[in-house]
Amino acid sequence: MGYWTVGLVLLVCSLGILLAAGQTLKRKPESHIDPAILRNFNKRVTSWLTICVLLVVALMLHRGVTIALFGFVSFWALREFITMTPTRRGDHRTLFWVLFGFTPLQYVLVGIDNYDLFTIVIPVYASLFIPARIAFAGDHKRFLERTAKIQFGLLICVYSLSHAAALLNLNLAKWDSSIGAWESWTEDTGGLLFFFIAIVQVSDMLHFLWDRLFGRHVIAPAVNATKTWEGLLGAACCTSLVGMVIQVLLPVTPFTWWGAGFMALIISVMASSGSMTMSAIKRDRGVKEYGTLVLGHAGVLDRIDSICFAAPIFFHLTRYFTNAEGRVVDVAIDQSAAVISMGMSCIPFMA
Amino acid sequence: MKQVTVPVLAALAKVLSGATVRWIGCEPDACQRIYFANHTSHLDALVLWASLPKNIRNLTRPVAAVDYWQSGPVRRYMATVFNVLLIDRKKIKVHNSPIDMMLREIGDVNSLIVFPEGSRNLSGKMGEFKSGLFHLAKKRPDLELMPVYIDNLNRVMPKGEFLPVPLLSCISIGAPIWLESGESKAEFLQRARKSVLKMKDS
Repeated sequence: MGYWTVGLVLLVCSLGILLAAGQTLKRKPESHIDPAILRNFNKRVTSWLTICVLLVVALMLHRGVTIALFGFVSFWALREFITMTPTRRGDHRTLFWVLFGFTPLQYVLVGIDNYDLFTIVIPVYASLFIPARIAFAGDHKRFLERTAKIQFGLLICVYSLSHAAALLNLNLAKWDSSIGAWESWTEDTGGLLFFFIAIVQVSDMLHFLWDRLFGRHVIAPAVNATKTWEGLLGAACCTSLVGMVIQVLLPVTPFTWWGAGFMALIISVMASSGSMTMSAIKRDRGVKEYGTLVLGHAGVLDRIDSICFAAPIFFHLTRYFTNAEGRVVDVAIDQSAAVISMGMSCIPFMA
Repeated sequence: MKQVTVPVLAALAKVLSGATVRWIGCEPDACQRIYFANHTSHLDALVLWASLPKNIRNLTRPVAAVDYWQSGPVRRYMATVFNVLLIDRKKIKVHNSPIDMMLREIGDVNSLIVFPEGSRNLSGKMGEFKSGLFHLAKKRPDLELMPVYIDNLNRVMPKGEFLPVPLLSCISIGAPIWLESGESKAEFLQRARKSVLKMKDS
């Protein structure tokens, strides 16, 4: 427990207020707001609220529960991604191993905090296994295309997203300017995850607002008709300010205030890139939202596209700039917690 | 024992197939119905059966081939759990018609799930309907014939595979049709087939 608990509760409360405001506006028949925009807004706020509440509960229960939660989201997102992309009979066994082999494995590796393996198991082992398994299945039609689809789905939905959960594993150092040396950063790493998720969601919301209010120059109309350059830059700058404010009021990260601002800027740009990329894929496949792909399913992939792109970059930048190793001498590692969480992260995959 | 295994297996089938059920122009009802669907996967009967509401599910029996469902202990067990109505497709005779058998079994309580294409189609295109549906409609004009389109289940478990890939699938159930007076067998079967295809796009 730390500052981040306060932050999360504040975030949940403010989202609750936003949702209440949206619902009240919806009931008023004489309101002058476009009902489509209002509907979109309400949908976004509801899904953010769900994400935040799940995250609060998971973080308060156990680190392993949080990792398992991300694992489950990855599994579901990959399921949506593969459902959307046409595959052939020959891909069946490959898909089985990707969904039931590599996806759980990645999260078990995050759970036991094996940095060396979790960063390479998908880019090296899985990306070579996929084409080989398809070749062994004997169907050569559109071979490269099919291989790329499965590799991309695994990379975005599982590999990238797992870096958000892996933030919990980081052992970081903090620059103490009063003594002019690096010190071990002892706060709960849950705060780092909170900072990351909060910044992505703030960035999404600001991007949406900037597009609506000041958007003039659409980036790529064929890909996404609503995303503008003004939105991208405006959201990045404002998010950077929000990052600084969060760090000053609730010091949940080991960064300095300007460091937090820089990280928030990078997260915002990556989040926007993520939604643009996923829009391009959706346009190519002729679906508007992953949620409408199969009626009645909430589109998980629609909600996490920005998180997926920002997570690995944030993880590696944080590690690069503030890793304890090489900066602080003695760092204790909790082995027992790692073993328990490994077991926990298997649970959603057994069901 | 069955009180436990049936809901568990039904839930498992729903989770693995990620099935969404859409009732378009109709509502779930316990009246006697024949659900007729396209056939692309072993899972078709189980998933369609599992996705019906519980009280209707208990009244509904999938019709399936005895040679498939009696081979091996697992399939035999599944057939009893899902209350499958087994038809011997190799021994169809005039005095032992499967239509009469089906009608005898359902009495005036149960509903049926049938696959009028007969065997699963591999091409991905829906095959022509066999005449069983027409005879059912002719002998029992009071039965509601519900067209069902099952989408994506062939990717979850294609023919010849035993491990499922749990993609999201969709089951669309449409408004009932009946045999019109004076309608020929060919006309009726064409209309029934089209009503299933219509569910694909709606």
